[in-house]
Amino acid sequence: MEFSLQQDIRWDHQVIFDLVREGASVLDLGCGNGELLKKLIEQKNVWGMGVERNMERVVGCIENGVPVYHADLDHGLPQLPDQFFDYVILEKTLQAVASPMGLLDEMLRLGKTGIISFPNFGYKEVVKSFVQSQRMPRTKALPYNWYDTPNIHLFTARDFLDLVEEKNIKIEIGVSWIRGKVVPFKEEESGEAEEILFMISRR
Amino acid sequence: MKNVNKNSDPKRKKKYESPDSLTSVGWTEPHVITLADESNPLLLDCGEELAPISVEYEMYGEMNQNKDNVILLLHALSGDAHAAGWDKKALEMGRSWRVDRPGWWDAMIGPGKALDTNKYCIICSNVLGSCYGTTGPASIDPETGVPYGLTFPIVTVGDWVRLQERLVSYLGIEKLYAVIGGSLGGQQALEWSLAYPDRVERAVILASSARLSAQGLAFNAVARNSILNDTNFNGGNYYDGDQPAQGLAIARMLGHITYLSETAMRDKFGRRYRKNGNRPGFHLGVDFEVESYLEYQGQSFVSRFDANSYLYITRAMDYYDAADRGGGDLDRACKNARARFLLISFSSDWLYTPEQTKELAFALYRTKKDVSYVEIPSTYGHDAFLLEVDEITPLISKFLKGDTNHGI
Repeated sequence: MEFSLQQDIRWDHQVIFDLVREGASVLDLGCGNGELLKKLIEQKNVWGMGVERNMERVVGCIENGVPVYHADLDHGLPQLPDQFFDYVILEKTLQAVASPMGLLDEMLRLGKTGIISFPNFGYKEVVKSFVQSQRMPRTKALPYNWYDTPNIHLFTARDFLDLVEEKNIKIEIGVSWIRGKVVPFKEEESGEAEEILFMISRR
Repeated sequence: MKNVNKNSDPKRKKKYESPDSLTSVGWTEPHVITLADESNPLLLDCGEELAPISVEYEMYGEMNQNKDNVILLLHALSGDAHAAGWDKKALEMGRSWRVDRPGWWDAMIGPGKALDTNKYCIICSNVLGSCYGTTGPASIDPETGVPYGLTFPIVTVGDWVRLQERLVSYLGIEKLYAVIGGSLGGQQALEWSLAYPDRVERAVILASSARLSAQGLAFNAVARNSILNDTNFNGGNYYDGDQPAQGLAIARMLGHITYLSETAMRDKFGRRYRKNGNRPGFHLGVDFEVESYLEYQGQSFVSRFDANSYLYITRAMDYYDAADRGGGDLDRACKNARARFLLISFSSDWLYTPEQTKELAFALYRTKKDVSYVEIPSTYGHDAFLLEVDEITPLISKFLKGDTNHGI
C-alpha cells in the first residue's frame, strides 16, 4: 500500500517512539523504509518486525537493518499467535486497506496494544474545500485525485470513535495534530485536527 | 509478472564477462585438501565413520587480517566449488564444460557485485558425495582399491556442514561473515546457522525451505529410479564400462522440468516444433522445442556428472529436515539461531515454493529472530535464484552491508 501522506510529515513517529516501552516487541504494519523500527530497535532495545508491500521500501528496510516481511497487509499474519506483540503500529494506512475492520481485528489479535494514526477527513479545511468546490478534497495530507487515490476508506475522527464503540475497543490515548502541534485529542475540537493518533486495546 | 520474450530474453541469453573484465574474479584455481584421515575420520549421521576425505574448494577475494570478512557460499544439487570466474585448469582436470562458461554464480560474485570481492572473501566447497573433487562414490575406496560405488555411506546435509566446518576451522576462520546458498545450498546455509549458531553472523537463503515437500521427494524418487533401472547401472559398479547415461539424462530432464515453470516453458518454447515449418514431423523422436531442450540438458549433464553422486545428493536433499533439531518442531529447532536471516523466494518456484519459504520465515519470527522475507515476482521458476540477478543484487548487497549489533 502506498503512503497516503508526504514522507516528511513524521510527527507521529516521535509520539509513537515515546509511547513504546523499553524492550517491548513491536510490529509495524506498512513500515516503509523501517525508519521508526530502526530507531526503536536501536534506542529502545525493541524486538521488532515490519510488514511492507513495496519492493523499494523493503530494500530500504534491509538497508536500515530492520527485519521486514514482504507482503500485503490485507492478508494479515495468521502464522503468528494471538497477543504475540506488545504493540502493533499502523501509521496513516488504515484508510488505504481493503478491509479496515478486518485489519483492526487482526491488529488487536496480534498485539496487546494498537497504535493507529490517520488523516482526519473531518478536518475543517478538508470539509471547507469539499463544500466550497464540491469536488473531492485535495490537501497536503490528502494529495491525490479521486480516481488514483490509495485512500479508499476515508473516515473522520468521529467515524473512528463510532467504530471502536461498536467493536468494544478502548481508546487508551488520543492525540491530535493541530496547526503543527501535538495536543491531547478532544472530540469537540476534532474538526481542528489534521491528523489523529490513537492508542487502542481490547476492552 | 514480467513479460518474457521468447527468444530475446536477456537473462537466458548466455552473455558472459570475460576473465579480464574489471568486475570478474578472473582466472580461478581449485584447491584440494584432506580434512579427514584414519586418525580423524568424519562421523556421519548414518553412524558410519568416513576417511580419508578430500575437499575441493575455491576462494575469491582476500581474507582480511582478522579473518572476519569471509562468506561461505553453498552450492545446490548439481553445483560445484567453481562459483565464479574462469577455471584455468579446466582442460587439465578434464572439465571441458568449464572452458566456455564461468562459475555458476558468476553474475553475483566479483569486484563491485553483490558478493563484492573487494570487501569479502568468498569460499565455496564441493559437497561430500559429489563428483567435483570432494570425496564421493566415484572416489577410490582405499580398502578395496576400486571406486566406492554404492558402498559409499549415505551422507546428509548435516554431514556436509560438519565437513565444511572442518574446512572453515582449518583456514583459521572463527566466525563467518555470512553463509549464502540457494535451493539445497540454502538448506546448508540454514543448517550452518542452527548447527553453529555462534559462528554465523548472517544467513542468506534463496529458493529454499526447512525441508523438501512430498512433491519434491516424489520427483527425486523418479529420478533415482531412472538411474537405478538403467541397463548399464550394474549396482553402481559402472566406472570401468559404460555409465548409466540414459538414466542420468532422464533424471536431469525431470530436474529441469522442476526448475522451470509453466509460464517459463510457455515463454521459452511454447508449442513450437523444431523444424518442418512448425508442423509435426509424424515420428516419436524429438519434435517439439521443449523436447529438444530437455534432451540437450540431459545429454550435456551426462558428460559432467556421476550417476551415483546424483543418487546420494538427492537422498541428502530428501532427508534434510531442519525441524529434526527440535524433535520435529521447527520453532524449537530455530530457537538457538543467532544469525540475521534474509530469506528470498520466487513467485513461480514450484520446487521450493514461497509458501514453504514462509513456513521457515515464520518459525524464525515466532522465535523472535532477526529475519527478513522477500518474495521476488518472477516467471523463471526455481531457476530464478540463478537468473534474477538484478532483483536479488540490491537485497543481498544491502543485507550484507548491514551491521548485526541490534535486534537479537
